[in-house]
Amino acid sequence: MNLGPKMPSSPQVFTGCLGQAGLPMIFFLGSPKGNYFLQPRLSLGQFPKFLAKSWAREGHAQEPQTRDSKRLLAVQLALGVSEKAKFDSVSAASMVEELRESFASGKSRSYEWRMSQIKMLLNMVEERESDIIKALQEDLSKPELESFISEISMTKASCKLVLKELKHWMKPEKAKTSLTTAASSAEIVSEPLGVVLVISTWNYPFLLSLDPVIGAIAAGNAVVLKPSEIAPATSSLLARFLTEYLDSSAIQVVEGSVSETTALLEQRWDKIFYTGNGKVGRIVMAAAAKHLTPVVLELGGKSPVIVDSNINLDVAAKRITVGKWASNNGQACIAPDYILTTKSFAPKLVDALKSTLENFFGEDPSQSKDLSRIVNYNHFTRLTKLLDEDKVSDKIVHGGQRDGKRLYIAPTILLDVPQDSLIMNDEIFGPLFPIITVDKLEESFDFINSKPKPLSAYLFTKDKMLEKEFVRRVSAGGLLINDTILQLTVDSLPFGGVGESGMGSYHGKFSFDAFSHKKAVMYRSFGGEAPVRYPPYTPQKLSLLKALFNGDIIGIILALIGRPRK
Amino acid sequence: MANKRVDMPLMAFPTTGEIVPEPLGLVLIFSSWNFPVGLALEPLIGAISAGNTSVLKPSELAPASSSLLTILVPFYLDNKAVMVIEGGAPVAQRLLDIRWDKIFFTGSPRIGRIIMSSAVKHLTPVTLELGGKCPAIVDTLTSSKDREVVAKRIIGGKWVPCNGQGCIAIDYLLVEEKFATAMVDLLKSTLKRFYGENPRESNSLSRIVNKQHFMRLKGLLNDPGVAASIAHGGVVDDDKLYIEPTIMVDPPLDAEIMIEEIFGPLLPIITLKKIEDSIGFINSKPKALAVYIFTRDETLKKRVISETSSGSVTVNDAVIQYVCDTLPFGGIGQSGFGRYHGKFSFDTFSHEKAVMRRPFLDFNFRYPPWNNNKLQFLRSVYNLDYFKLFLLFLGLKK
Repeated sequence: MNLGPKMPSSPQVFTGCLGQAGLPMIFFLGSPKGNYFLQPRLSLGQFPKFLAKSWAREGHAQEPQTRDSKRLLAVQLALGVSEKAKFDSVSAASMVEELRESFASGKSRSYEWRMSQIKMLLNMVEERESDIIKALQEDLSKPELESFISEISMTKASCKLVLKELKHWMKPEKAKTSLTTAASSAEIVSEPLGVVLVISTWNYPFLLSLDPVIGAIAAGNAVVLKPSEIAPATSSLLARFLTEYLDSSAIQVVEGSVSETTALLEQRWDKIFYTGNGKVGRIVMAAAAKHLTPVVLELGGKSPVIVDSNINLDVAAKRITVGKWASNNGQACIAPDYILTTKSFAPKLVDALKSTLENFFGEDPSQSKDLSRIVNYNHFTRLTKLLDEDKVSDKIVHGGQRDGKRLYIAPTILLDVPQDSLIMNDEIFGPLFPIITVDKLEESFDFINSKPKPLSAYLFTKDKMLEKEFVRRVSAGGLLINDTILQLTVDSLPFGGVGESGMGSYHGKFSFDAFSHKKAVMYRSFGGEAPVRYPPYTPQKLSLLKALFNGDIIGIILALIGRPRK
Repeated sequence: MANKRVDMPLMAFPTTGEIVPEPLGLVLIFSSWNFPVGLALEPLIGAISAGNTSVLKPSELAPASSSLLTILVPFYLDNKAVMVIEGGAPVAQRLLDIRWDKIFFTGSPRIGRIIMSSAVKHLTPVTLELGGKCPAIVDTLTSSKDREVVAKRIIGGKWVPCNGQGCIAIDYLLVEEKFATAMVDLLKSTLKRFYGENPRESNSLSRIVNKQHFMRLKGLLNDPGVAASIAHGGVVDDDKLYIEPTIMVDPPLDAEIMIEEIFGPLLPIITLKKIEDSIGFINSKPKALAVYIFTRDETLKKRVISETSSGSVTVNDAVIQYVCDTLPFGGIGQSGFGRYHGKFSFDTFSHEKAVMRRPFLDFNFRYPPWNNNKLQFLRSVYNLDYFKLFLLFLGLKK
């Protein structure tokens, strides 16, 4: 999943000379949607025009009051009169310190505490459902039904699973012992790691913040959540409600962007859980390496869909469409990225997709209320750039319309774009759907394997042999046959990537495990002494030991009676 | 290697799900010098069993073992799939520039950081088997038989594993003040039984691996506070790289010997007023690979297990947990992350791929355009409200 855009987000620094004063004045126009870095931009003459343009860009889906209060904040910041307290390394260090003390007190380890926190979380989701849906609407124009299915229900389901299974998960697991460790018993005890950091992303800002947090709490840890600033309404909702509903001596939310995240990453955590893109994933892992902190990285990739001709085309088209465009309009880590199908079948598939699109979103999808918008202007320009590239723009077979003011790009299908195009190299994360045609469907396996391993791979076919080959040959975080997206909803399957798409996994009990340390505990009795273990070492002892390890009964007897095997 | 079926929710019938283990690809294994053959082959076995191609870089500090592996491995194994590369830091550095699908490292935390930082470039997952100061809590035991067993097992956990140069070797003891003298006497007499009057002549002791580590250990002893606390041993022979099994009682807590992992034949004994204080003491230090506790007190056992954190805990013995391959072997915090041994080795070198299969059987409520009816339907699905679902399905509820 992409946390940030290719291009820097909007904060701009203007250097200009103010009239008579002749002093260069630096205006910091902070963008709440992401302060990546400051760029000197324009001279005074262009100042008003540029301001107007940039504010217009930010305008969509912002109420006038919000816009104006942000302008005020910008002026305040410029004048050094800001109300927002800065969260820096010092604040981060003291936050971690407090959480460590809280953890050391043992409160988060108790079954009762964990259950009570999860219950409160469940209450929060149920009581505040309309607020959550509103925030998601504001951040992403996410249709209510999508919010309900993908964010709210899934979070509730995770809570419910913990409430049902936690007692069982917390039990130590017995381990078998063998002859070599006679007179002993062993078990594996799950214990919390300590104080953990969860950094989440913007496309499913509610679910992807809370799902890992649920795992962290279930495993008994203290946790800091850093939601994405690119979904600011959800970020502040989480900050507000988690403080209200949960035990803030052990669970904290830090809002902000690069500088706050950097301050957090400088601290020593017992685990860092990151959802986002590979570039920032590397930054997280590098920071973790300094403290030998284990990490889970849930990244992304280009999830391919292989479509055979031997299918139920109607159902397949619906499932592909819903997986692509009804999942936050393609802005999902497991959304189908591109299609692979045979040259002969492609036209049929394109037609099926076209008619399904019309059924789902109407003749003019820009009027449909069931499509999420592109999250912000940076991603909009990133996507239009993919479309406008030479040799790509003429491959559009459906869609291609766009409206920058409303951050809308029509569901777009492309046919046979060049392999070296941008759209076939970066994760698309948007409503653009390239179709690559091959002569034989088996070639698609090689195609996929020539690219970095994705988070998921999909296959539509009725052919069992093809299915088997697919499972055998294609490596990805997870595979789904004859549908899209749903592997996310099944909590008995681990959800995570491999290679470039990430490391570690979660969901269901895997979340609990991801945030636990599985401590091996071995109990020995005072009896069962084997002098064979101790010096001085003699050939007889050596022989006996060899026999013991080989399970060689005769050898053991021989050694014991003083006639060791040579 | 078998795929593992997983349960699917009833609502999703007849969907099937399974977890398919698959090899990660090309893996790099760094092994250390103290158990140079074991710690090289054990992870290699895991890597091969999981289906990977592997490169093994044995430690250059155990050159004879390293050369032996370089000769034997290609002779016995498929040399298109398993390779041994010898060398020191420069070779390791060059290896780290390549993209691996997994790196498995056994060694010190310092090098562990370097390895993990290098792995960042290609987002390579790593397993780090590091070290730490493994404490052994010894409760005051009254039975002389128990005391004898404990003394043997402590020596078996300190000097038997490569003369203290073991990641799970006992690093230091924690005992009650009143028990300290008895402990020292016990250890002295058992040491004599095991290694004779002059341990230098015993052939049952490994030597210190090289001059550098010898000087390091000698340096630990040279600290005046430490030297003053020596209760037994302390004899040092520069030519033979020999240091006598040495016991200290209450060296200064801020001396190097109580801060760094000792990795040698020196055993500090820290005395406490109450044995329960050992828990706080252990928690004040970075998490170790193992914690040992010798006691008959069930409450103390439970407290140590639940109130301290370490890779593993062994009760009434030391080091032997290594042999139990149904237990995961790995660290936590500064002692590392990831685990292996037995099936855990297979898992560590595998990717557990989730595979889900859906039927073409379909329901329209999944698809846009969204309306209230579909929302109702979905709510019922998610609340597992089968009855309401049934009514909605029949059109009896709106």
